[in-house]
Amino acid sequence: MQDRTRNLGDLWSGLVLAALAIYIIAQALQWDYLTPEGPGPGFFPLWYGMAMLALSAALVVSELRRRSARGTAINWTPLGRALSTWLALAASVALLKPLGFVISFALLTYFIVAVMYRRPLKTAALVAAASSGGFFLVFQLALGVSLPVGFLGF
Amino acid sequence: MEVITGLSDGLAIALQPANLFWCFVGVVLGTLVGIMPGLGPPATIAMLLPLTFAMSPASAMIMLAGIYYGAKYGGSTTSILLNVPGESASVVTCLDGYQMARKGRAGAALGIAAIASFVAGTVGVLGLMLVAPPLAKFALAFSSPEYFALMALGLAMVVLLAGSSMLKALLATLVGLWIAGVGTDLFSATSRFTFGRMELLSGIDFVVVAIGIFALGEVLANMEAPEQAQMVPVPKGLRNLLPTLQDLKDCRFAFVNGSVIGFLVGVLPGAGSTIASFLSYGVEKAVSRRREEFGTGVPEGVAAPEGANNSETGGALVPLLTLGIPGSGTTAILLAALVLWGFKPGPLFIPENPALFWGLVASMYIGNVMLLVLNLPLVPVFAQVLRLPAYVLFPLILGVSMVGVYTVSGSLFDLGLLLGFGLLGYLMRKLDYPSAPLILGLVLGGAMERALRQSLMMSEGSLTILVARPMSAVMLLLAVLILLVPLFGKFNTWRLRALEQKGG
Repeated sequence: MQDRTRNLGDLWSGLVLAALAIYIIAQALQWDYLTPEGPGPGFFPLWYGMAMLALSAALVVSELRRRSARGTAINWTPLGRALSTWLALAASVALLKPLGFVISFALLTYFIVAVMYRRPLKTAALVAAASSGGFFLVFQLALGVSLPVGFLGF
Repeated sequence: MEVITGLSDGLAIALQPANLFWCFVGVVLGTLVGIMPGLGPPATIAMLLPLTFAMSPASAMIMLAGIYYGAKYGGSTTSILLNVPGESASVVTCLDGYQMARKGRAGAALGIAAIASFVAGTVGVLGLMLVAPPLAKFALAFSSPEYFALMALGLAMVVLLAGSSMLKALLATLVGLWIAGVGTDLFSATSRFTFGRMELLSGIDFVVVAIGIFALGEVLANMEAPEQAQMVPVPKGLRNLLPTLQDLKDCRFAFVNGSVIGFLVGVLPGAGSTIASFLSYGVEKAVSRRREEFGTGVPEGVAAPEGANNSETGGALVPLLTLGIPGSGTTAILLAALVLWGFKPGPLFIPENPALFWGLVASMYIGNVMLLVLNLPLVPVFAQVLRLPAYVLFPLILGVSMVGVYTVSGSLFDLGLLLGFGLLGYLMRKLDYPSAPLILGLVLGGAMERALRQSLMMSEGSLTILVARPMSAVMLLLAVLILLVPLFGKFNTWRLRALEQKGG
């Protein structure tokens, strides 16, 4: 399963990196390559952009040549767990401005404990309240670190 | 004489109550981090870096270094009790350590790991103390071309040793160079790769990338599997944790082997503690009279890799502090920390900041003693951290990561970037792209471009300056050779395969 994920992943990551390399080269060509004082801002990016294009092309070509090899299906469960956590974190970051750190972090923790680890809702609520409260006490009150504040004032 | 004076001055700094306290905090945190699978020293140091800005640089460096070498001590605990390495450098320790634990000798295995770590860790610091100052003096003759060549050499060695695919390691390095190039070019004031965003004009903060790639990436990778491993019970009481005299006698060569190999491998940029531990185990097995028993629970099989793993720390600090070249992800973060505090690691670092260098060296001696004292009797206590449920630990890491990034800039935009780098870190793990080369490319990218452009300004645009100077030419030649060696290996494989087919 892992091999199949990697084969497809190598192909797609090679293509993404090739696109990034083309973007770098296109940008670098718009800047000075050499100036009377020496190399310009486009000098270094042009070289590493070309190196990235060559290496990503090599990765794509080697993957295309190997694609005839049979692989098993991708196991989406672990991928889904990781990506769900990432999405929950993204939602928590998006909620920082309206809700503040304490509430958005409590919601994130609640989601991880209750949904990702399937613990009882009471346990999830307890862990969420204790951890976000702990962060508020340690960082905001004890260390004086300013955390994002929401409409409730914390 | 200079060494003795430096060390006594360093001891005066390291023995200040505040520095002793931060050293203690660092080694305890390091031990805990080492014990916990899924949370490594790079992630921890990256997360704590923003919190050190309010500390004195000496205290902060002493604490962060304590985390670095403390994690090496803790890493063996899970290898022995769970057969799960806390750090990649402790993979080899599983072979004999876990077998010893299964035979009811977990205490002796933990004791040997702690003693080997102490002996080799101390030898590593001794090596750092003796090798770093003369190397820094030698490197004072370096100019921009030599610096560029040195960084090219460092990156070349790292990408070769960082993972299974050289292509991927090189690509990761180039992505690191690109991220380093985001922002305003200091030579021409041109804004590069900013996508029209004001927030990117000053570049992407190193802390955001490091926390995203290491901490978030690790949490997301760990979230894939919900279950936790079961550990072998830790024997209680100091007597049960002390190895027998026969064990120590069996390990006497392993202590020396681990110390020497670990330090030498550490000095090489890119080699790292994992290679040091494998190499030391291999040598130990090769010279042992009972090599067939390796893997069944022999104490030398624990002492050699654990020693090498710890001695490597002292070695790895040599190129970091004298040349400004980090050899791993963790030392790259330590380099960034020094730069953020206003220092310039390189040949002038030791002469300009003797108090910081010698204070750090002295604190490492003290820290090693603290770790031995902590690890022998308190291993059962530290092992309790493994009972901390994942559903409590991972949200805490996510919270510290968010707070760490927000502390640096106070910007929600940086938190958005953190999300992006977290996803990148996870995908890199998933697709087997090594993350250390990206971090090294990021850390060295700015300085490397500066050195190259300054060199070409000196030569009025002629690239020959890079090969006309002997030191620079030798280092560039070595870098090219290192990059070409695997191609020769591949060519040889093709040749042999072609010969086989012809013969068939």
